[in-house]
Amino acid sequence: MTPFDLAGLFTFWGRRWDDILELVLEHMSVVAISLLIATVIGIMIGVLVWNRPVPRSVAIASAGVALTIPSLALLALITPIFGLGWTPTVLSLVFYSLLPIVRNTVVGLRDVAPEIMESARGVGMSNFRILVSVQLPIAWPIILTGVRVAAQLTIGIAAIAAYVAGPGLGQYIFQGLSSLGSKNALNLALTGTLGVIVLALVVDALFVLITRYTTSRGLRA
Amino acid sequence: MPESTSTGVIAIADNTAGVSISLDNVVKTYPGQATPAVEHFSMDVAPGELIMFVGPSGCGKTTTMKMINRIIEPTSGSISIDGRDVLSLDPNELRRHIGYVIQQIGLFPHMTIAENIGVVPKLLGWTKKKTADRVDELLETVQLDPREFAGRYPKQLSGGQQQRVGVARALAADPPVMLMDEPFGATDPITREKLQAEFLRLQASIGKTIIFVTHAFDEAVLLGDRIAVLSERSQIEQFDTPAKILATPANDYVSSFIGSGAALKRLVLVPVTEAHLGLASSASSTPSIDASDNLRDALDLLIVTGAPLINVVSRDGSAVGSLTVASISAALGAEAPGTTAAAASTS
Repeated sequence: MTPFDLAGLFTFWGRRWDDILELVLEHMSVVAISLLIATVIGIMIGVLVWNRPVPRSVAIASAGVALTIPSLALLALITPIFGLGWTPTVLSLVFYSLLPIVRNTVVGLRDVAPEIMESARGVGMSNFRILVSVQLPIAWPIILTGVRVAAQLTIGIAAIAAYVAGPGLGQYIFQGLSSLGSKNALNLALTGTLGVIVLALVVDALFVLITRYTTSRGLRA
Repeated sequence: MPESTSTGVIAIADNTAGVSISLDNVVKTYPGQATPAVEHFSMDVAPGELIMFVGPSGCGKTTTMKMINRIIEPTSGSISIDGRDVLSLDPNELRRHIGYVIQQIGLFPHMTIAENIGVVPKLLGWTKKKTADRVDELLETVQLDPREFAGRYPKQLSGGQQQRVGVARALAADPPVMLMDEPFGATDPITREKLQAEFLRLQASIGKTIIFVTHAFDEAVLLGDRIAVLSERSQIEQFDTPAKILATPANDYVSSFIGSGAALKRLVLVPVTEAHLGLASSASSTPSIDASDNLRDALDLLIVTGAPLINVVSRDGSAVGSLTVASISAALGAEAPGTTAAAASTS
């Protein structure tokens, strides 16, 4: 194995700057798209099951079991059906995002204080109206926390999706691993890994801002 | 059916100054429970009356009240408001025209005070301008400065201020009927007294038909036009004016609920001007009491000062007469049924 050479890493970054940036953008895009889809589906599932005990348990339990499936195994399982590239990547990321989003949606909707629910009924809101104008806004910070957890989860899993030719920084990690011993192997793996870590930090900070600006001032601590 | 439903609600809503409420043989049995929570409850409430439901915890008083706006659906019996059967109306439409105040207040934490008060007008499709004007008007009514409070959030208000907003929200669409479930129960004694006084003043000007649930008999005496003393399964033990209940409790249950000091409690209900006043004392050391105070204030002053008599002073400062312990006790006698004629003729 070649010894680590910091100057070499910087030269590597200098030469491949465009390439790295493209991978970072791809990585972010695939995570963003997957989160968007998962948020819509997850909130929908949460809304459907939050006040029905049996479906609720089934939804949360199955989402929990889903999370225990190793990502590599899941990717290997779905490529025969969906091929390689973006499709299996997005699918698996949505799959893993659902648990935190569904669970937090259910918790958030159920968490609305009974007196607030009673007031909402008392002023003559329909169940749909209560959901849209009372429960979801109050549950929003909790739902968003679920999305934030899902974001951290999927940024990591997206790196593994390079195994099925998925987009993003995982490509560098796998290239590095498969060419161990070569001159740039360590640079490739390190760049991919560091990129994922930095991306995770940036996205987390982004969520702090999103939460702040989309939560009612009346709900902030 | 939907047509008759909406016209029914609109007809109720057209009356803003209070309408009659009638409950007939209302029963509520919860599934899986042998004894009903409310058993054959019947009551007629006149327009503009403030009725107090008073009874111990778990006696079914709140359940009875909540059946009027169908937060709880009755098992059997009928309830009508202004002669219209509420069970045939759309419950959400109905509730928009019944003010509802609960002990835990239940303001929407994510909405500003103005948005909270504007919830019902928004549901009714009022214009923004009309809603905003109404919100300002109501904030003034409950003594909160609109410029200061309209844009705030519930958590930025004290408990007493929040309950004022709760009352304002209930009044938003000027409903003819108000249901109030221990609205002042969670506030400290000083705030409670203030809210009660404000509430009485408010009711004097708006004249809604109000069902007010409380477990505090003193509050019932202070606020109610009539009091229904309830026992287990929401059975009415006595339904009468505060003075009559205090003077002649129907049975031991009512007596025990009144507790000791019934005569002292009655004094609160009698303004000093209703007693037979003697000649005002010209001695400068004579303590004086305002003519708008009640007999309990007068007795309190007599005891505290130890004076044999006190002057009653009108707003402009002139003494209109005097009171002694004897004249106060005579006034109480005059309140009791049966002795009215005798007391009146001797005075």
